[in-house]
This record gives sequence, C-alpha cells and structure tokens, in this order.
Amino acid sequence: MDAKDILGLPKSTHPASQEKKSRPLKESQRKPDGISREVYALTGGVPPLMPAVEPLQLKKRPPTDEKITWQWLPFTSSARKDNLQLYHWVIVVNGIPPTGDYSFAKYNKSVDVVKYTDEEYEKHLTDDMWTKEETDQLFELCQQFDLRFIVIADRFSSSRTVEELKERYYKVSRSILIARAAAFPGNISEHPIVKEPYKFTQERDRKRALSMVLSQTKHQERKDYEVLAEAKRIAESHMAARNAKESELLVTFTMDSERAIVFGETLSPPSNSEFAPAMVAHSTSMAENASTLVSLRMLRVYLRTYALDQMIQAASSSAGLRTIKRVEQSLQELGVNLKPRVPTKAVCAQHLDLRKEILTLLNLQKQLQHKEAEGTSYHDGPYETPGTPKDRTFVPDSTSFGGEVLGDRVGKRDQKRKALGRAEAPSLPAQSKRPRKLRASDL
Amino acid sequence: MSVRKAGESEPPQPEEGGSSAQLSQPVRTSKPAEDGDKKSTNKRLKDVDICVPIVYGTVAFYLGRKASESQSHKWTVYVRGATNEDLGVVVKRVIFQLHPSFNNPMRVIDSPPFELTECGWGEFEIAISLFFHNDVCERQLDLYHHLKLYTEDESGPQSTKKPVVVESYNEIVFPDPLEACFARLQNHPAVIVPRLPAGFNLPNPVSIDQKNDKERGDTKDHPLSQWFLNFSEADELLKLAAARQEVQAHIVNVRRKLSMLDGPPQLSKPPSGYEYA
Repeated sequence: MDAKDILGLPKSTHPASQEKKSRPLKESQRKPDGISREVYALTGGVPPLMPAVEPLQLKKRPPTDEKITWQWLPFTSSARKDNLQLYHWVIVVNGIPPTGDYSFAKYNKSVDVVKYTDEEYEKHLTDDMWTKEETDQLFELCQQFDLRFIVIADRFSSSRTVEELKERYYKVSRSILIARAAAFPGNISEHPIVKEPYKFTQERDRKRALSMVLSQTKHQERKDYEVLAEAKRIAESHMAARNAKESELLVTFTMDSERAIVFGETLSPPSNSEFAPAMVAHSTSMAENASTLVSLRMLRVYLRTYALDQMIQAASSSAGLRTIKRVEQSLQELGVNLKPRVPTKAVCAQHLDLRKEILTLLNLQKQLQHKEAEGTSYHDGPYETPGTPKDRTFVPDSTSFGGEVLGDRVGKRDQKRKALGRAEAPSLPAQSKRPRKLRASDL
Repeated sequence: MSVRKAGESEPPQPEEGGSSAQLSQPVRTSKPAEDGDKKSTNKRLKDVDICVPIVYGTVAFYLGRKASESQSHKWTVYVRGATNEDLGVVVKRVIFQLHPSFNNPMRVIDSPPFELTECGWGEFEIAISLFFHNDVCERQLDLYHHLKLYTEDESGPQSTKKPVVVESYNEIVFPDPLEACFARLQNHPAVIVPRLPAGFNLPNPVSIDQKNDKERGDTKDHPLSQWFLNFSEADELLKLAAARQEVQAHIVNVRRKLSMLDGPPQLSKPPSGYEYA
C-alpha cells in the first residue's frame, strides 16, 4: 500500500477514500504548534492537561530599542604576525561596530623558551649524547609547540623518548640560567627550573608504575588487595610471635591448651576472615604487653600490684569501658578478687591470663551474636520461635552462673544482663534454625 | 621508738681484708643515676628481678576505760617482711607521714622493725615511704594505708582485747639489680631471687654485721605477731585456676558454635546431613 502511495498510483476507490479521510484526520492531529512532532508525541500524542508554557513565547526576546544589524567585516588580531586579512560577522549596534582587539587574541600565550647563542653552547651545553643540531632542533620545536613534549617527540627527527627530550631541554635551560645569572648577579634560585631539576630515572619509573596501575584489570586489583592484606597479617603475626617470645622470657606465661587452640585455629586457615581480626587484635595486645614490660624494667623499683595494673591496662587498651566492666563482672561471678589479695608473681600472672581469656570469650560471644543476627535476617522473623525446651542443651551452664533464662534475641536488652549468663542466649536461635519443621511459609 | 639513730643503715662495709680486694666495685659510693654506662664498674644483672614480699598495715586497739576524747585508740602502723624476716637488708629507712594534727607528723624509722605506735581517735590515710640501701635502689617507694580503728558492725561495745587489723600484701620488685646487691641478698630469707645460670661470676657477697638479739630486725616473735594475717597464694591460685578452666570451657563452646555457623553453607534450608546428632 505504501509502495502505491509512493508511486502515486491510483488505488481502489474504497480504500483510497478511506485513506484520504484518515490521512487528513491524522494530519490535523499531527500538527502541534511550536514544537516538533516527535516531542509532542512524548506527551502521549494528546495535549497536556495542564496549560503548558506556550512554546512560541519561549523564543521571544525582550524588545529592545537599539537597532541591531549584523555585518560581514574585516578584522585584525594581535595574535597574528602576518598581514592576513580575515573577515567575520560582527554585530553592529546603532551603526557602531565593536572596537578592540580580536577577542580571542588574549589566549595566544607562549612559553619563554631559552635561546642560547653558539658561544654559550660551546661553553656550557655540550653533551656526549646530543649533537648541536639535535639540540637546536629540539629548542626550535619547543618554541614552536610550546613545550608540548609529546608532539615534539613525534616531530623529532631521530627517535628520542619524551623523557630524554625533557631531560635535555631542562638541563640546557638550567645551565643557561645559572650561567647567565653568574654573569649578571641575580637571584635565580627561586626559578622553578633551577629549584627542581628534572630527574630522568624517577620520571621514567613513575610513568611506568602509573601505566601499570592504570592497565590493571579488576581481577588483578582484587588479587593485589588480598596479597597486601595477607602480608600485613603475616607481618603482624611475626611481630606477635616475636613479642610473645620476649614476654615469655620476662614473665612466666603458661602455655595451656586454650592458647594452643587459639594459635592453631588462627594460623591454619589464613583466608578465614573471622579469625584474622581476632588474631590481629591479639597480636596488638601482645605488642602492648611487651612494651609495658619494657617500661616496667626502666623503673628502678615498683610494686607487683602496680605492674599488674599496667599489664591489665595494656591488655584492655582495645576494649571499651563497657567491656572492661563486663570483664570485672565476670570476675566477680567467678568468685575472683578484682585485685588479688596475695599478689605474688604467679598469682598476678594467672590473674592477667584470666582477664585476657575473659576478654577473648566476650569477643567471641559478640562475634557469635553478630553471626547469628546475620543469619536470622534471612529467615522470616515472626515464624521463628526462640528455642523450644528440647533445644536447650546449655541450661546447666547458664544457671550455674546465675545467668537469667533466655529467650530473646540479640538486642540492647541483652547487654544489661549478666555477662556470662548471656553467653547462651544467642546460641538458641541458631539451634532452632536447624531442626526447623516445614511450615506453611515455606511452601 | 619513733626516731632511731642510724644503726645498720650504712651499706655493709667490706670488713674482711680479703674480700675488699675482690670486690669489683666500691659499694659505698653512690652509683651513677644514668643507666647508660654498662661498662662501668657498676654492672647490672639484666632480666633479673629481686623480689621482696612485704606486708604493711595497722593494728588498732580500743583503749576501753583508759580511753579519752582525744585518745580512744592505740594503734601501730608497720611494714614487715611477708614471712616476718628482717627487711633491714633491703630497707634503709621508713618514713610514716601522719595526719597533720599529730606532733611531728613525719616520723622517721631508721632501723627494723619498721613500725610506729601512736594514740589517737581519728582514721586517716598514712603515707609510708620506703628508702632502700644505696646498692639496692636510689629511689623511694611510696605506699598508702588507711588507718582503721572501728569495725564494720557498730553493734555492741568495742573490745579492748581484739584489735582491728588491716594488712595488705605486696611485693617490691627491683629489676636489673647491681651485681653486688644481688650477691649480698641472694641468700637472705627476706628476699626472693631467681636462680642464675651456672657459671655466673658474682662478686663475693659481703656478710652483714651480726645484730645482737635486742636489735633483731625480724618480726617473728613480735608482740603483735599473733594478729598478723596469713597470706597464702595457694588459695588464690586454686581459685584462679578453677576460674580459668571454666572460661576456657566456655571459649571452646563458643568457638564450636561459631565454626558450625560458618561451616555448612546454609540459609533457609537446613543442611542435609548436619552435625547435630
């Protein structure tokens, strides 16, 4: 049908009349004023309900009294040194053409490239790697291209790298400046070329490194990050190991099974991010331990209780006030004096170790809480029941601590409860997740 | 009893002719304050601690009928060796700083037993400053003790027979002592020293002047010794060990739970073969 349209062939009367009818109908629909057809179609083909801004009004300008005409006139530019006559359209207001220099002439900036005489070249600038012709050509290009070295390198006759060209240029400029300043005394030490000489090797390496970084793929980037994190972890563990050894010599730390568990678990799965933070925290606290011991040895005399306090402070330096309170609460629950009654060397060592272990336990419990909070966010909240009685395998322990009976989830309220009794509360939702019976929500 | 003239406060003199030749350093002179000159004659034993366990405190008796408004109690403040050995080998002088309402509140005791008895009515904090022999330490050590005259339960009349006793145990540690000091003290019962590795050459220890019985410095048969408290570390060690075991067990539990949460990748479906029996 369209082909016939295009060819202008007569169609059968019936469809033709129909088309004729529809076409003018459509045509009238298609002709909005002021805006193009496609734009009008964006509105959905119908005029907007709101009275839109009249398109015709938009292009109107405020009426002005001045008589404005445009004229094709010649002009001169201070940027041109030849006498080429150029023409352009100029707005003429009330018969007066504009005055002044060509408006773009002010952008014609150039660099002051040093110009040396042949004598100066003989005296200061000879070089094994560069002939005079090359140097002359270099400077000519520098002048011509305003020190755009990439272009200069491209135009340069022999193939020199950008860094080589730069080095030659800056060296020559520097020597000339210094030589001339020696002749006419003047302070040029502030001149940027003199103050900061061009370093060829540094530039080359910098650019190489930059290009390497830019061309890294995403995969490579991730790998690098992981390797750096790993290296940091290893470095910290080395420091911790060294400090641990140091402190073992100074104070008797008993290596019990718990410590073996701590180190064994943390060292074997290196990529396990769970233990890594604990390990790092452990190592930093050991470092502080070691430094406390060192500072104690600097004293000529001290009390055992003072030493214990310092070590406790060092060990809890990473813990907040609330955590420290919880540690003290736990000590009380365990029936241990906050300050030992008989602070002998052995007692103090045990006391310190106990505090550290309590800290470890509290950190682990916090981790567990977080892990479970994470896990529970995937489940339907209202359908989860906190542990049913048959799931509670830890009740004996918690009651022995006098901790309250549990049932709620991790929440702010937990923090007001007794320290170790709370150990069991978060575990229950985890347990109840496992043997979950099929519920209507699962279907 | 308050102030005594210097008795054995002088550092032990090399009386015997033979030993003085072998002494590598003059014990009498004050040693240089800087630590830097290790090559000097005052050599120190690195990573060695001399430990002196002490007990300090007060024993206060109600005077009963003899009590007056201003003097209701008779009390004694003291510093003694934890095993009641003579502290004079280490301590040169003790100064007890009393409440300013006392006459001459600064009481200096130059020889053991380092104690002071007074009468009064009020409770206050006593500052106890220990000064050591020159070869032991040039710096003083300060302790503080609150004088307690009244018991907690104010029920009933105060007894004149049973005193109010408050004692604190502590240990004075001298790190990196001078060789001569170590040599002098290593066999004394008031002092705990570590065993040195075999083949360690120390200057010959200089024996201390034998005191006559009247001026014994130990407190083994002290008139107040029946009130001295017992400080045994065994009790505390037991309690600490038990506590540590409990905490360690909890740690193992929590670690287990953590690893189970991490191990099998689970979200909403329970794992097919999970760990719970």
